[in-house]
Amino acid sequence: MNEKRMTEEQHFEEMIAEESICIADNLVFEKPETLLDTPMHYCPGCGHGVAHRLIAEAIDELGIQDKTIGVAPVGCSVLAYQYLNIDMSEAAHGRASAVATGIKRVLPDKYVFSYQGDGDLAAIGTGETLHTCNRGENILIIFINNGIYGMTGGQMAPTTLPGMKSTTTPFGRDVKIMGNPLKITEMIAQLPGVYYCTRVAVNSPVNVRKAKKAILNGFKYQDHKKGLSFVEIVSNCPSNWKMNPVESNKWMEENMFPFYTLGDMKVPNLNLPSESKGE
Amino acid sequence: MNKELKLMKGNEALAEAAIRVGCDAYFGYPITPQSEILEYLTREAYERTGMVVLQAESEIASINMIYGAAGAGKKVMTSSSSPGISLMQEGISYIACAELPCVLVNVVRGGPGLGTIQPSQGDYFQTVKGGGHGDYKLIVLAPSTVQEMVDHVKLGFELAFKWRNPVMILTDGALGQMMEKVELFPQIRRTTEVPEWATVGKPKTRERNIITTLHIEADKMQEINLHLQKKYKEIEQEEILYEASGCDDAEFVLVAFGLVARICQKTALLAREKGIKVGVFRPITLFPYPFNELNKLADRAKGFLTVEMNAGQMVEDVRLAVNGKIPVEFLGRMGGVVPTPEEILQTIEEKFVGELV
Amino acid sequence: MTEEIIIAGFGGQGVLSMGQILCYGGVIENKEVSWMPSYGPEMRGGTANCTAIISDTKISSPILTKFDTVIALNQPSLDKFENAVKPGGLLIYEASTILKPPTRTDIEIVPVEAAIEASKMKNAKVLNMIMLGALLKKKPVISIESAIEGLKNVLPERYHDLISLNKHALEKGMELAEKVGVPA
Ligand code: SF4
Repeated sequence: MNEKRMTEEQHFEEMIAEESICIADNLVFEKPETLLDTPMHYCPGCGHGVAHRLIAEAIDELGIQDKTIGVAPVGCSVLAYQYLNIDMSEAAHGRASAVATGIKRVLPDKYVFSYQGDGDLAAIGTGETLHTCNRGENILIIFINNGIYGMTGGQMAPTTLPGMKSTTTPFGRDVKIMGNPLKITEMIAQLPGVYYCTRVAVNSPVNVRKAKKAILNGFKYQDHKKGLSFVEIVSNCPSNWKMNPVESNKWMEENMFPFYTLGDMKVPNLNLPSESKGE
Repeated sequence: MNKELKLMKGNEALAEAAIRVGCDAYFGYPITPQSEILEYLTREAYERTGMVVLQAESEIASINMIYGAAGAGKKVMTSSSSPGISLMQEGISYIACAELPCVLVNVVRGGPGLGTIQPSQGDYFQTVKGGGHGDYKLIVLAPSTVQEMVDHVKLGFELAFKWRNPVMILTDGALGQMMEKVELFPQIRRTTEVPEWATVGKPKTRERNIITTLHIEADKMQEINLHLQKKYKEIEQEEILYEASGCDDAEFVLVAFGLVARICQKTALLAREKGIKVGVFRPITLFPYPFNELNKLADRAKGFLTVEMNAGQMVEDVRLAVNGKIPVEFLGRMGGVVPTPEEILQTIEEKFVGELV
Repeated sequence: MTEEIIIAGFGGQGVLSMGQILCYGGVIENKEVSWMPSYGPEMRGGTANCTAIISDTKISSPILTKFDTVIALNQPSLDKFENAVKPGGLLIYEASTILKPPTRTDIEIVPVEAAIEASKMKNAKVLNMIMLGALLKKKPVISIESAIEGLKNVLPERYHDLISLNKHALEKGMELAEKVGVPA
């Protein structure tokens, strides 16, 4: 290894080289404007960070930073508003979609989204989720499903897989006692108020690109005023799954994806002539 | 301009006032005895002012819609009756901590539990002393006439925005259902003004607005609490409202709020016919509470009788105010039973007059 | 002047609207008014009642146990409220269905066979207006014109062709009341 150690001069030269590389012309990747510089509190390898970034990118691309209001949940992403440079409101546990409804109803021309985890959206907030979707509120709900309660330390979530261990299912989820995991996205896709419903993931570049597209759609479709967009992101929780990030992604691909199948469940038929066209 | 006089039910008068005050949105869920508010608004409001009226799936959803829409800086209102208000308590605590202005209405019915749809004042503690978690205060208005059901909506929004604090109108099933003559104020235009703290989309020219009640560090959370407490002290100094009638020469004073205060008025009349000098003291704001005024009154009167439609809630505040200077007696009817002027008079005679003979 | 009235009868006899007509009339004459539907234990037994208070001054309690005037449209209501009439007060009752007439001697008692008259007029629904007419004859708390205006407010618009029939019923009630009742 000794021969590889850089001399001080070599190191200096390299820095100069870096400076000459980091010029606007060469820029291929930068922080979205809507993403703040605050270091995120998420665990290494957690999907939340990527999801936040995608939201920020989508807002930037659509140029709607000044027209977007987000609603943060209770859960690991309770502090989501610290990372996004937009107006945001917190919501009590499970109530984000009701809060988002309140905002959207009085500001119908703004872009409103809620960002919720599985406990928030599919356990304590199931009622609000279903009715918000059913009313066809013109908002975007982003649903992070990692099959576990992250913030409170790894308890069973409504989406915990059969046999999956958590601190409250120490021997694995026994569906005879705890019931089956709730495929709430499949339920929601049936509702006439839902305009767009899809399930994505952020584990690979391909999937990240798809997820970004889904989030972009969720914002854009608000212009159509035709109903709610629902984007589930199947995600990981390395900390509470007790795995390293790489293992957790692998486990997700092998266990979560077969149960929570990725793909669109409902897409708007944009070819049909519609009254809202040309609005 | 001619006065606009109408005969209206309490609940409908309140709903009409909400439209006229330029309310932007109402979110609510049906519950007796106040469903007329939601019904009236769904019928009248949107056509006339463009006000948003939405029947939510529960009181929990309603209060959280209020939280969202109030956070957007709008004039928003919800109403319910006791069990529904219990469901809203978590949201009310959030709204109070986030300092969002809004008007909440509790058309109280007899409890506990599912109880009865008859009038009651059993939610005094819940409204005035807390209800939800943590140290917070609602500004509480207690109308006693249908006219005040109208006036308090207007006053409620003024106070809510002045102090960035939720205001509760604490009324009851009888006031909600009875009809009286009301003078309506002219339509106020809905405002397009946006408070600087509202979450409406962040322009480049300002920092982002965040509505939150979460402050993980204890010091920061204590700071928030101290700020709230300071605000409540100021409210106590500036906003106390009460009505004292016939108290100047009164030997005995009836202390009551809302509808019961009017029943007490009748008692005072009957008492004076019998030569017993009785006055009535009616707190109009239940927070801030007229502690000092009651204390001063205790220097002149021989005894207070607090009358409530509950097991004895406000009487605790009356006793705190009087601080042992004179006896404070209590008459309560519960579960939807309304006290009559005659039984109140009888209680005065038993508790006070009899003793003096 | 303050007139405290209770009107009681079966649900469907137009008890509540009678009180409302009085109060609307009061508003038209810029009086203070208060109307309170049945409350508390008095709601038992299929009877409906309402309190109507009309006054020149601010009204205190809408909850009362003694009344200047009681209008009873059936036997249970009569039984219940006969004793609620203040001494020297007025009791008007629908007489054609009553088996046990009132017995008090310290009040004015006015029996009105409103049900019979209503059936003569081929509309059972005008019973309450006949009773109201009787009241206004004995105690003109509001004018007939105001009562008709009040009726227009209470009656849904699709029934407004019935206004003249109702006016006729009011007058019939006044006529009947004139014939009966000797002041106590
Ligand atoms: S606990 Fe899990 S979900 Fe929460 S930040 Fe850590 S890895 Fe992400």
